[in-house]
Amino acid sequence: MPGRGLNLTDLSYFPGCSLESSARESNISMMEAAEILGLNLIELEDWNCCGSSSANILDKEIAFSLAVRNLSLAPPDRPLMAMCPRCLYHLREAHQRLKEEPETLRAQERRWGRPISLGLSIIHFLEVLVRLGPARLQQGLVRNLNGLKFVPYYGCTLFRPPSLRQGSYYQGEMGNVLTMLGGVPLDKALTQRCCGSFLSAARADVVTPLVNEILASAVAAGAECLVTSCAMCQLNLEIRCTWEPRLPIFHFSEILALALGAQDYEGWFTRHLVDPRPLLQARELIP
Amino acid sequence: MNPPAPALNLRGAASPIVLAEQDRYLARDIERLSRANLSRCFHCRSCGNGCPFIRGMDYPPNGIIRLVQYGLRRQALESHTIWICVGCHTCSVQCPMGIDIAAIMATLRRLALAEGAMIAETNILDFHREVLQSIKQYGRAHKLGIMLRYKARVRQWFADLDVGLRMLAKRKMDLKASRVKAIGEITRLFIPHWKR
Repeated sequence: MPGRGLNLTDLSYFPGCSLESSARESNISMMEAAEILGLNLIELEDWNCCGSSSANILDKEIAFSLAVRNLSLAPPDRPLMAMCPRCLYHLREAHQRLKEEPETLRAQERRWGRPISLGLSIIHFLEVLVRLGPARLQQGLVRNLNGLKFVPYYGCTLFRPPSLRQGSYYQGEMGNVLTMLGGVPLDKALTQRCCGSFLSAARADVVTPLVNEILASAVAAGAECLVTSCAMCQLNLEIRCTWEPRLPIFHFSEILALALGAQDYEGWFTRHLVDPRPLLQARELIP
Repeated sequence: MNPPAPALNLRGAASPIVLAEQDRYLARDIERLSRANLSRCFHCRSCGNGCPFIRGMDYPPNGIIRLVQYGLRRQALESHTIWICVGCHTCSVQCPMGIDIAAIMATLRRLALAEGAMIAETNILDFHREVLQSIKQYGRAHKLGIMLRYKARVRQWFADLDVGLRMLAKRKMDLKASRVKAIGEITRLFIPHWKR
């Protein structure tokens, strides 16, 4: 497992384009949860797009260099943490290629004029939580989730691509973390089915039936809401669903921060296209 | 003499195989570029059965493998399937023979662009172009800019207007782009090295 035994207090943090803009509520709630848990997140100075699906499709070398620039900006003495699964994937993929191709590494180091650490550990926020352990989470628990029934929706990227399989397998951990905080995960739904990704922009007709299928499976499992680990999934599930009544779709970090006692949730939830507040009020999680 | 049997019993793909058009190196090239072993495929269709996007595809994923095996270069490169595939890797994980099918799709997309093949899904390609344009300009993806330029490109201003407006109302799309300070480092990537 990369980065075992690392000091998890100071972490470089790579937000990525979605968390910087359309999913700002995920970013803010994640930062709050991290602060409550005693993590010191230091945003990667002047980070850029991770390479993204689009750049990877059009020009693999540009996409690779984009990811590597971020790696060249990361201080080697602390892990680089990402929240977006796709960013994590592209950063790790690039890092892996640098390990395999010494000449590419040297060329990239010269290009950016900065050393790139091959020992850098690139991890997801969920991994940080799992390594912190249940005691830290329960210690911070302020608002018990009161049996909130949710489908932990991982989407396709977090654990699936072959090049992400290095390291541990964190399937199920989102459910485990929220169970510790009083939630009830329902796994008998399409928890890893792809949300449609960028096709949502160009071929919504393909994405809508898919999103409806995912939500139908959650409803059939008896869920009150879905909790996602990916900002793009959260958006697609909200904007492409044509089902009524609509289930609220939470960012994982929102539910986490809420349970840990964060107070400024109003600002996150007003940014949702499906208002989650009635559900949370019914569960007496918010006034 | 009987007419030739359809090449593949697939939607929209019942054209006969013309032996003279076969590219005998295609399978070898794709194997080398994608690092996937095509000859392992026994066409069990697990890939297509699990694929979330099969509805939008003209060939199922194993059908693409078959085209490559038959050396039908044009059909493979001009298929809708390779552009509808988003690389979610469901097929790669489900394949009982461990073939990274998503990598094959990525390789075919790259070949199609490099060879100037006819692109079956121009809207999807246009979207990718606008994302990359935004990255070139700001170092980050600026969603509102991407969507506006994409809409101008495909001239479908009213498709999805309601979703766009709701996203704007919820401030899901920022008017101002977040940008990289050292933008020169980014734009330089887009200039061929002999022009820098």
